[in-house]
Amino acid sequence: MSYLEYNVKTVPAGLRKVLYANWPLAVLLTAVAAIGFLMLYSVAGGRMDVWAEPQMKRFAVGIVGMFVIGFVPIWFWRNMSALAYLGALALLFAVMFFGEEGKGAQRWLELGPLRLQPSELMKIGLVMFLAAYYDWLDIEKTSHPLWVAIPVAIILLPTFLVLKQPDLGTAILLLAGGGIVMFVAGVSLWYFGTVIALVVGLVFGVLESRGTDWQLLEDYQYRRIDTFLDPGSDPLGAGYNITQAQIALGSGGWAGKGYMQGTQSRLNFLPEKHTDFIFTTLAEEFGFVGGVSLLILYVLIVVFCVLSAMSNRDRFSSLLTYGVAGTFFLFFAVNMSMVTGLMPVVGVPLPLVSYGGTAMIILLGAFGLVQSAHIHRPR
Amino acid sequence: MRRSPRDNADSFRGISRRGVLLGSLQAIFVGTLAFRMRYLQVDQADQFRLLADENSIKVRLLPPARGLIHDRNGVLIAGNEQNYRITITREDAGDTDAVLERLSQLLPLGEEEIEETRKEIARRSPTLPISVADRLSWQDFSRVAVNAPALPGVATEVGLSRVYPLGPDFAHVLGYVGPVSDYDLSKLDDPDPLLQIPRFQIGKLGVESKLEAELRGKAGTRRIEVNATGRVMRELSRQEGDPGINVQLTIDSWLQNYILARLGEESAAAVVMDVATGDLLAAASAPSFDPNLFVRGISSADYGTLTEDDHRPLADKTVQGAYPPGSTFKMVTALAALEAGVIATDETVYCRGYTELGDRRFHCWKGSGHGTMDLVDSLEQSCDVYFYEIAQRTGIENIAAMARRLGIGAKFDLPLSAISEGLAPDKGWKLRKYGKDWLIGDTFNSGIGQGYVLASPLQLAVMSARIASGRAVVPRLIRAVDGRDLPIIPPPELGLNENYLRAVRKGMFQVSNSRRGTAYGSRVVDDTMRLAGKTGTSQVRNITAAERARGVTRNEDLPWERRDHALFVCFAPYEAPRVAVSVVVEHGGGGSTAAAPIARDIALQALNEGFPPLTAYPESQRLRIEAERRALPLRDPEGRAEGKSRA
Repeated sequence: MSYLEYNVKTVPAGLRKVLYANWPLAVLLTAVAAIGFLMLYSVAGGRMDVWAEPQMKRFAVGIVGMFVIGFVPIWFWRNMSALAYLGALALLFAVMFFGEEGKGAQRWLELGPLRLQPSELMKIGLVMFLAAYYDWLDIEKTSHPLWVAIPVAIILLPTFLVLKQPDLGTAILLLAGGGIVMFVAGVSLWYFGTVIALVVGLVFGVLESRGTDWQLLEDYQYRRIDTFLDPGSDPLGAGYNITQAQIALGSGGWAGKGYMQGTQSRLNFLPEKHTDFIFTTLAEEFGFVGGVSLLILYVLIVVFCVLSAMSNRDRFSSLLTYGVAGTFFLFFAVNMSMVTGLMPVVGVPLPLVSYGGTAMIILLGAFGLVQSAHIHRPR
Repeated sequence: MRRSPRDNADSFRGISRRGVLLGSLQAIFVGTLAFRMRYLQVDQADQFRLLADENSIKVRLLPPARGLIHDRNGVLIAGNEQNYRITITREDAGDTDAVLERLSQLLPLGEEEIEETRKEIARRSPTLPISVADRLSWQDFSRVAVNAPALPGVATEVGLSRVYPLGPDFAHVLGYVGPVSDYDLSKLDDPDPLLQIPRFQIGKLGVESKLEAELRGKAGTRRIEVNATGRVMRELSRQEGDPGINVQLTIDSWLQNYILARLGEESAAAVVMDVATGDLLAAASAPSFDPNLFVRGISSADYGTLTEDDHRPLADKTVQGAYPPGSTFKMVTALAALEAGVIATDETVYCRGYTELGDRRFHCWKGSGHGTMDLVDSLEQSCDVYFYEIAQRTGIENIAAMARRLGIGAKFDLPLSAISEGLAPDKGWKLRKYGKDWLIGDTFNSGIGQGYVLASPLQLAVMSARIASGRAVVPRLIRAVDGRDLPIIPPPELGLNENYLRAVRKGMFQVSNSRRGTAYGSRVVDDTMRLAGKTGTSQVRNITAAERARGVTRNEDLPWERRDHALFVCFAPYEAPRVAVSVVVEHGGGGSTAAAPIARDIALQALNEGFPPLTAYPESQRLRIEAERRALPLRDPEGRAEGKSRA
């Protein structure tokens, strides 16, 4: 469907767009971000200036950006999809050569005051490009091997680059995020079954390759797997993070220890307490009730996205919304699984809550695309 | 790409179907997450809460202040001082070598000390704090405290440490404290958790060790919250322990100080006892050492100097030393003979310089003989032949029994280390010990305090006090515990015939006051302070026949360690005895020249509770005495401070 095919009369224009924005989604996003501010204030020991304040500024920029992107017609973004993907890909290459090193990984590009993680951009670029691809593709060809191979290549190329940084968490998110778009676009389930079988085989291969000269992962990644399988084996070494995170969570109990009363975070037993492990502090201080409440907020965000996508008769818009929602779901689901010990620690932040450079702005930008799709849907 | 509306609708349905499928998968995932959270936070909450508390709440013991020790007048002789120290915990420090390296830039630490600490760190558990430096100045201490962020695992602590303000004066009586050693832990069956505190000080010797139970006190506890690096964040609760119980000794610190100064460079011991109560007013062993060195951890060089010294400064000669009492034993033989009825007080024995037993000759110290001797004369002039005779008549069993009655060969229950029992030998003892029969010659030797007889200076003082009072005085070292005076049990009568005792005392009086007395040179001319004493010179070698033929070798010509021990025992004043004194000067030569002058000075000091008037001394000696007095290295040369008179 092209611009000309939209019934222009049914699409809101000008300031009327404000009325058609997905407000529940905006409110939910703000609520989650507000919980983030509260927690960042708490883990900083009651200080605004350390994490909470910069985070609020970033959120302000992000939420404005979301509406700006949202008010731009969706077809513009569809036309930009290929550019977004290729741009992110170029930056990923750039980061390999000019990237800043941190914690043994090369992930950032310093662009003046901005600290950019191209892999964050790629999450959106990939979803956009895949949505545009399936919008362009004949529905009958969706499951044709050749037309399946192309998106697989589109996904694997950035995934491979990110894995090289190395950033296992983001690589998994790219893989799964791209997979979700393909899944929703209707690629035959046989392919997914085959991939799952292959993944199982790969996992087996990864474990088998350990210690041989064709070892597939870095040593530290193997250690993380070990630690995941048995965190108690090395409670003060590699298993420390998981053990302490679970102690924090568990000791929170039903209603928590009270705001700013979490001993695990306040006494620095918790690792990365303001980034990847911030959920443990929330669960320690607000207990099961607090943890599940945040989970419900996250689910509601996904639900509102899915509702928007289901009611959207534009294939690109729908796929894009599913893709963004799916990626968002993966974000919090992987993070929570990680800190609750359901998954190995792979370094995925808790979306909108974890303190993080550009991640929040980019995520809100992605929700801007969802807003655009919502506002400009054909009615 | 153009699409027909029908196509579009198909695509829409397809997407929605897949969306629902995806949503279901996501719902399953979310459900799993919620269940996982429920499991951790509801089902397992108690266990994790426990773990969180274990993480952050530590219980630390508060070492109690050790009980103070005062002398009989309330002068502090063992106290506690603030001690600033630095500890390191391996687990928190990580790279201990780097941290130690940084510490050594802040503190005056020697290579040897650092090496020592390193060894200690390697030996101990990684969670135990190891002491790096002790007794720091406030400047050094605060420098470390300020730099704490750069020194992980390093903690600054303020604790109490034992201090002995009078230094060497009470080294032997008090002993000293030191950090609990593995050996101590293996030896003691003491579950007190305080002992697990590194560097916790316990008594190692003397009163500090024997009264450990009273002095230690009870630990307090402190519940603290620590962060992940072990740094203390806040105190949750605090329960103060009970400080140790204060103890007061019977010793007079002034007299003790005077005696140690008076004994000077000699290897000697002196004991002063209150005749009525048995209170030990002084128990001095020279040379002494500074117990503070041991508290701080003595260097191997200092320790070597102490152990290699042939004057044995580490030994408490007052109770550990067992010497042949020599002629000071003659009162025992005399009383045994009188009580056995084998001699009367006025019965005489003729001394021609020796007595013969078979083909063996037992010599009197005076080769030319004393002539006719009665009991008083024989004590006065210390005639050996008289005592050979009466010892033979009395028999060793009676002599040994009398010795024990007077305190020689008896063990006294004092809170001191390695107390010697001395020895009052008898036939059974020799048979058990050597498997040989008792010979009559052994009785001869025993009768004059030679041979197997052994007595400690403490026992000699007890003997003098018992002779002076006629009562079974028992020595006492602890005057009060926890501010309450211990009851003084009036000593029971010895049950000796008062006439006999009077005769023996008269003999002792003559020793110190008769022109022919062996200690006449050390007499007191003031009638209110007259001494009654007895000299003793005990051989530490056998005099060979060849030596005797050459004439008696003078002590001064012998190497120090082969010279005779000089002894003197006395009580004073003669008329109404208050103090009993014993002095042993190892290898000092003759009792009358080496021991008696010291004993006189000590007795006069004890009686006057300070410097006696010079008029107590014979006129010809006053100038010398005054000069000697001024030359003494006393702690308080002006004399006893006002208001410190005996309480």
